[in-house]
Amino acid sequence: MMKIKKNIAVSESGFVFDAGTGETYSLNPVGVEIVKLMNEGKNQEEISNYFLSNYEVSQGIFESAYFDFVSILNQYNLIER
Amino acid sequence: MKKQLTIAITGLNNTDNPGPGIPVIRSLREAKGFDLRIIGLAYENLEPGIYMEDMVDKTYQIPYPSGGADVLLERIQYITDKEHIDVLIPNFDAELYTFMKAEKRLLEMGIHTFLPTIEQFEERHKAVLPKYGEKYGINVPKSTNLTSVSDIRKLKKEYEFPVLVKGKFYDAHIAYNDEQVTSYFNKISAKWGLPIIIQEFIKGTEVNVVALGDGEGNTIGAVGMRKQFITDKGKAWGGITIKDDKMMDITYKLIEQTKWRGGMELEMIRTNDGKYYMIEINPRIPAWVYLAVGAGQNIPEALLRLAMGEKVAPMTSYTLGTMFVRYSFDMIGDISQFEKLSMTGELENIHKKTKQ
Repeated sequence: MMKIKKNIAVSESGFVFDAGTGETYSLNPVGVEIVKLMNEGKNQEEISNYFLSNYEVSQGIFESAYFDFVSILNQYNLIER
Repeated sequence: MKKQLTIAITGLNNTDNPGPGIPVIRSLREAKGFDLRIIGLAYENLEPGIYMEDMVDKTYQIPYPSGGADVLLERIQYITDKEHIDVLIPNFDAELYTFMKAEKRLLEMGIHTFLPTIEQFEERHKAVLPKYGEKYGINVPKSTNLTSVSDIRKLKKEYEFPVLVKGKFYDAHIAYNDEQVTSYFNKISAKWGLPIIIQEFIKGTEVNVVALGDGEGNTIGAVGMRKQFITDKGKAWGGITIKDDKMMDITYKLIEQTKWRGGMELEMIRTNDGKYYMIEINPRIPAWVYLAVGAGQNIPEALLRLAMGEKVAPMTSYTLGTMFVRYSFDMIGDISQFEKLSMTGELENIHKKTKQ
C-alpha cells in the first residue's frame, strides 16, 4: 500500500507542495483522485476497481497509466518508503 | 508604554545583491513593544536603503573597516554622542571582525551588540571549513586554499571538474577547467584578496537556514528556505519556507555544540540520496530574513532583545510554504539629498520629515 509523504500537501485544485524540498507540482483531476485514494489507504487493486467502475476505461489501459503515474511520484520522491 | 531604543544598522545596499540592513530594519519596525529610532550606517552614498521610505530615520556615512578600526570607532563615537545608540547590528561579513574585536569599547560607549565570539567567527571561515566539519561531525565538501595561480595546475590531481572558486568573504563561481579557475582566481583575489578557496562541487539542491543562537547553546529561532529564483550572482530573488527534519537537526546541533551567539545563515546542499553538505556558514543574519518574519519568527527582534540582555523564549514553529519574491523599484530623489550626504556625511530621511 502506497501513501503520499506526510509533509506533502495536495490541494483540491491539484496543486502539490513538498514542504521538505519546496518543490511544487500540479496534478490533473485523475491524479488528484488517485492520490486521494492512496491517502485513504486504498491499495492498487481497490484503486483500479474504483476507476473501472467509475470511468470508461479498460483494466489494461488504466493499470499502464497508473504505474506510469506511480513511477513519476517515486521519481520525485513523493511516496512514503 | 513602548520602549524607546536607538538602533544603528549597516548593510543598506538593497541592490540585486542585497545587504541584510533593510530586511532587518523592516523586521524591527514590525516588532511590538518598541519605539525605534533607526540610524543607518552607510559606506556608499548611493546605498538605496538611505533613501527608502519608513526605513532609516537618519543615515551617517562610516569609513570602510579596511581604513582601520580606530577611524571607524572614532566615527561611531561621534555618531553615538549625537544619537545615543543602544544597539548596533552590523550586517556585512567584512566588517564583523572589527565590531567583534571592539565589543568592549562599544559597550563602554553604551552600545550593545550580539555577535559571535572571535573563535566562533574564525573557525567557520570558508578556508577552514573542512576542519570545522571534522570537529562538529558535519559533512563538508573537500576544499583547498590557493594563494598563487601556479597552484591551480595541481588541482587536476585532487579534483574532478567542475569545482567552485570562492572568495574569502564573497563571490563564488563554478569553473569547468583550469582556465576558468585562473580567470576567477584573478577576478576574486583582486576584489577580496587571498586565499581563494577551491571547493568540491556537490550535486544537489541548495537549502538554507536562518538561525539565531543565544550563546548558551539554545536555538532561539530557525527557519529553512529553498531558493526558487536565483540571480546571476546566485542570490535568492524568490524563496519558500521548507522544513526538513534532518536539516533542522543539523542546525540545532551545530548551535548547541558551538554555543553560537548571534544570527547566522547555514548554506547546505542536499544530495539526491538525502545527505547534507555544509557549504557555508555566514556569521550574520541573511538578506532573506524577512521571510522568517513572514513565516512567524521575528529573528531580528529576538536578536535585539538578546542584545539588550533580555531572556528570549525559543521560537519553535513557523508556517511552511511562506514565499517571498523580490522586486526592483525606482525611487525619485533630489540632488540636494545626495549633496547633503556627500558634503556632511549625514542625512535625515526626508520621507520621515514630510510625515511629521
